[in-house]
Amino acid sequence: MKSLADLQKLRAEAQKRVNVRNVGNEDYRVVVGMGTCGIAAGARPVLNAFHEEVSHEGLNAIVTQAGCMGMCTLEPMVEIYDKQGNKTTYIKMDATKAHEVVESHLKHGTVLDKYTVNQM
Amino acid sequence: MERLHVLICAGTGCTSSHSQEIAKQLKEEVRLAGLEEEVKIVKTGCFGLCQKGPIMAVYPDHIFYSHVTVDDVHEIVQEHFLKGRPVKRLELTDIDEETKEAIFNIDEIKFYAKQKRIALRNCGVINPEDIYEYIAKDGYQGLGKALTEMTPQQVIDEIMKSGLRGRGGGGFPTGRKWQFARNSVSDEKYVICNADEGDPGAFMDRSVLEGDPHAVLEAMAIAGYAIGASHGYVYIRAEYPIAVERLKVAIKAAKELGLLGEHILGTDFNFDIEIRLGAGAFVCGEETALIASIEGKRGMPVPRPPFPAVKGVWGKPTIINNVETLANVAQIIYKGADWFASIGTEGSKGTKVFALGGKIKNTGLVEVPMGTTLREVIYEIGGGCPNHKNFKAVQTGGPSGGCLTEESLDEPIDFDNLVRLGSMMGSGGMIVLDEDSCMVDVARFYMDFIVDESCGKCAPCRVGTKRLLELLTKICNGEGTIETLDELEKLSYQIKETALCGLGQTAPNPVLSTLRLFRDEYLAHVVDKRCPAGVCKALLRYTIDPNKCKKCSLCAKQCPVGAISGTVGKTPFEIDPAKCIRCGACMSTCRFGAIVRQ
Repeated sequence: MKSLADLQKLRAEAQKRVNVRNVGNEDYRVVVGMGTCGIAAGARPVLNAFHEEVSHEGLNAIVTQAGCMGMCTLEPMVEIYDKQGNKTTYIKMDATKAHEVVESHLKHGTVLDKYTVNQM
Repeated sequence: MERLHVLICAGTGCTSSHSQEIAKQLKEEVRLAGLEEEVKIVKTGCFGLCQKGPIMAVYPDHIFYSHVTVDDVHEIVQEHFLKGRPVKRLELTDIDEETKEAIFNIDEIKFYAKQKRIALRNCGVINPEDIYEYIAKDGYQGLGKALTEMTPQQVIDEIMKSGLRGRGGGGFPTGRKWQFARNSVSDEKYVICNADEGDPGAFMDRSVLEGDPHAVLEAMAIAGYAIGASHGYVYIRAEYPIAVERLKVAIKAAKELGLLGEHILGTDFNFDIEIRLGAGAFVCGEETALIASIEGKRGMPVPRPPFPAVKGVWGKPTIINNVETLANVAQIIYKGADWFASIGTEGSKGTKVFALGGKIKNTGLVEVPMGTTLREVIYEIGGGCPNHKNFKAVQTGGPSGGCLTEESLDEPIDFDNLVRLGSMMGSGGMIVLDEDSCMVDVARFYMDFIVDESCGKCAPCRVGTKRLLELLTKICNGEGTIETLDELEKLSYQIKETALCGLGQTAPNPVLSTLRLFRDEYLAHVVDKRCPAGVCKALLRYTIDPNKCKKCSLCAKQCPVGAISGTVGKTPFEIDPAKCIRCGACMSTCRFGAIVRQ
């Protein structure tokens, strides 16, 4: 390392790797239903898609998991909480839809109505 | 993609309760569940709550598991990591006193809620063997700022302004120590980190080195820049193998990245650090003895002045700072002196780490702002004495310190206040004593330690402490008289006034402090020949109440020396005091409470 600027560059890189541990100040909390029903319906690729996208884009969001959300026929389900605790529930997700949700909801704050639970 | 970070404590405490095996099992279970890509397992430093160890923290869920065993790992992986259902029965909880409901939120749990972590900020948060995790937590930014934006004098002024005082015991202002060394003219100067933690029951320095070694290295480099030194030593006892190993890893990593070595961050500043192992002698924590030990001589103190800041290791100006002191330095430079000075009390700034031990529910490490009261630390964070026993005293400052009683519980903790109350901060050991602790026995314990650890150079300490121990043993054996107490007191003051170094001068403190606060207990030993707490065996007498005795012979069967006689069903049993070894086995066996201890 040759200068303070190098160190700061290294810090920015390193922070991405430990971001998962910085809880408490996130803008959004993404919760993927990972009960048996969710996993069977394909929740794992959804979870991974959210995770990759969030860390790739450097968004201030936490991606985590929960058990069965109750409506097994609508799995994979994803709940997104904002800072005020408002909840949006997306249903029948897949990796492609996950990318759309990240783009619209997490990046621009626009709820993607066509995939939410009220559209069923 | 690593979506879950699982942090397992790999400090000395949790390692001894098999955290390494748990980490191994976890790796295997994660592999079997096909989650290798998604779960990152991190071995980290001490979480502080050693009583509840081994501790495992899961992020981003922010869930802490306590008392984890190897057998629990399968369930945690399958239920939590795979299906997102945290294992409630293992979660660290607290009970809300008003609603009687369990609190699961870590930040609301009393043990953590009252704490403020500066020195321990990365312990239990990062992997101490990964320099990048330290860098992610603003690591080496303080050094970067010092080297590029500040002159050495500005660094010292900043430390001075922050009000940081030495955490090793004396509480000497760190900035002033640095200024002395800076003012000394010499071609070479040295920075020493004193990691020879010797107080019985204190383990904060070990935890800092195990959990965040880079914080100490960074601070040493900053100190080197400030006083004009290019070489540093970490003097650490060989009894801390995990800390030594992590230091080695840390020094190597820092050198590889050019954060130690030559032309650090492209400047003209060079700094190199070496580890020096000590054999674990208490006296080597005394700075002149420590210097002798580093030079390869027998660890014995020499009179000061000259102070090490003028003539230290290899005869060159040297500063010696304690581990916890150094753990604050980089933060002060990075965040500014005003930030640090805003925490704490008028004369004592910042926080202090305490090692809670003895008769307390939450044994462990806590870091609180200066000015927190003893009651908050012992009751709210520590949870009070276990088994509904009554609090008797708290011993602070180790073998150089003293005891504080119920009356002092609401006093704020800081350097000056503890001295005013007749004890001292010391390195931060806090041993809680309850009604079952005999204060004469406590004084004897510390004196026994001092007799073992006295280096033998000066007579007051070598001979005097031995005599003190003999007097205390006499009292515990019921052979003391009122005159013994006077003798004890007189000798204590003589040692205080004549011993060569700090170890000897403060050695009688536990005796004087217990004599002052618990004179009635001493009197009970010498006048009534009785130990009120029931600890001193020679003064105990076990008898059987003939009215309560059911003549069952259970006690006689338990007695290892055949001191109990009687006939089953006919005559009440009796204990022969001449044969009795006062082990208490009969008392714990009797189902009818017929055996009395006096």
